[in-house]
Amino acid sequence: MITVLNPGIYCTIQDLGRIGFAHIGVPISGAMDLHSASIGNQLLNNNKSAAVLEIPFGGCKLQFEIGLTICLTGADFNPTIDGELVALNSVFKVPKGAILSFGSKKYGVRTYLCVLGGFDTETVLKSRSYYKGITASSYLQKGDTLSVGFNEPIKQKSHAKIKVDAQHFSANKISVTKGPEFYLLSKEQQENLIIRVFTISNNNNRVGYQLEESLENNLKPILTSGVLPGTVQLTPSGKLIVLMRDCQVTGGYPRVLQLSDYAISKFGQKIAGDEVRFLLK
Amino acid sequence: MLNQLTYKTFGKNAILIEWPAVISEDVLQDIVAYKTKIERLLKLQDVIVGYNSLLLVYNFEIEKFQSKVAFLKELYFQKGIISTIRGIHWSVPVCYDPIFGIDLELVSERKNKSVKEIIRLHTEVVYKVYFIGFLPGFLYLGGLNSKIAIPRKETPRLRVPKGAVAIGGSQTGVYPTESSGGWNIIGNSPVSFFDIDKITPCFAKTGDKISFESISFEAYTSIKEQLENNTYQLKKIE
Repeated sequence: MITVLNPGIYCTIQDLGRIGFAHIGVPISGAMDLHSASIGNQLLNNNKSAAVLEIPFGGCKLQFEIGLTICLTGADFNPTIDGELVALNSVFKVPKGAILSFGSKKYGVRTYLCVLGGFDTETVLKSRSYYKGITASSYLQKGDTLSVGFNEPIKQKSHAKIKVDAQHFSANKISVTKGPEFYLLSKEQQENLIIRVFTISNNNNRVGYQLEESLENNLKPILTSGVLPGTVQLTPSGKLIVLMRDCQVTGGYPRVLQLSDYAISKFGQKIAGDEVRFLLK
Repeated sequence: MLNQLTYKTFGKNAILIEWPAVISEDVLQDIVAYKTKIERLLKLQDVIVGYNSLLLVYNFEIEKFQSKVAFLKELYFQKGIISTIRGIHWSVPVCYDPIFGIDLELVSERKNKSVKEIIRLHTEVVYKVYFIGFLPGFLYLGGLNSKIAIPRKETPRLRVPKGAVAIGGSQTGVYPTESSGGWNIIGNSPVSFFDIDKITPCFAKTGDKISFESISFEAYTSIKEQLENNTYQLKKIE
């Protein structure tokens, strides 16, 4: 069990998401950077669907009430155990009573705390991913306790570690395919969308990222239709919105691009001011 | 009735099927029939319905888009028993008491109709469930009488209570959970449109019908009690 000493900003339990409930209006959710979360689970030999803790901006402080085997992946905010700096992307044991906290940013936005056996918080509609109105908790709060799944004795994998690709956090190229309404754009608009550099605005969260720059837009809204995480919408004002894991299941803005699965994970490590370019595949 | 459909790729895992861009019951019927055929044959991750679209989400990367589309097209033209599918007609209780219907007075003024008349116009229609979106359990309903259509509020309310029955433009709906929202609130329904403890969290589905039944404040509280004791059963109209 882990006790939350400081809840940080919008820390959430996440897994692969609530898959298969879009027809009743339920967002998929799941780890913003699913790629990094999966690395943690793989290193721990966990099930793919094991729940992890998503920690934006290294903003929380946790106490281990029992000894646990863990792995931190994703963003590097100089994590420490009882004040001692620990490595990311490697599996290690944390003694009972130890405190995990974070320091200043080295790279990325979201860190994942993965534990052997996964977090054992409530499952609603086949997923543990926090979502307001679906799970009882919508983000971590001070004093919360997080229980952990069956903690089987660790075998050969105890010192598993890998080197992650720095490009995952630094590259500004985001690979996309054409969205259903891409064809409605003029040649010039299409080119602009691909050539221009876009900046991520302050208006960004688990639902979506709005981009700063405006495109000329003369498209009419569409009749409300399905959208997916990674869909890039063109709003009437000409601003682009990149939908992320907690997005609604339907929308009425033209869908001009679609991020690849991996590109969504990359986007989940971006923050206001970061620049991106869409790379059409 | 067969429509001219278009098939588009939507990312690596999905196919978007589109009907002509109109909101109509004919299109809805056709979507429901096609969706039923597809779901009988294919195991998909999800099928998201829109006013004039079906988004088929596969749980793998689609490699042969053209052959998938050919298969789907053939399925569309296949004759079957599906055309007889009829949705369930639900009778949903709504209390239009001013305690809940905080914008009734405003709608009454703007539309130059008595509150009683507005309630009559809102309850006499059989609404069609087009699809569920926006929020878990939020039904997109078609059929609002244009006499009581009223634009959304300039500034949305930050807190619209769970169960609020509201009108926004030419649409009407029920807020399944507390949320922000810009629609004009005319009443409240005690029934749950989204209950995670149920096997089917939302009782309604695309193609169903909804009628609103005006109930008193006493009946409202009584239904709330029955819901808490698990003794309430939503009425179906045969």
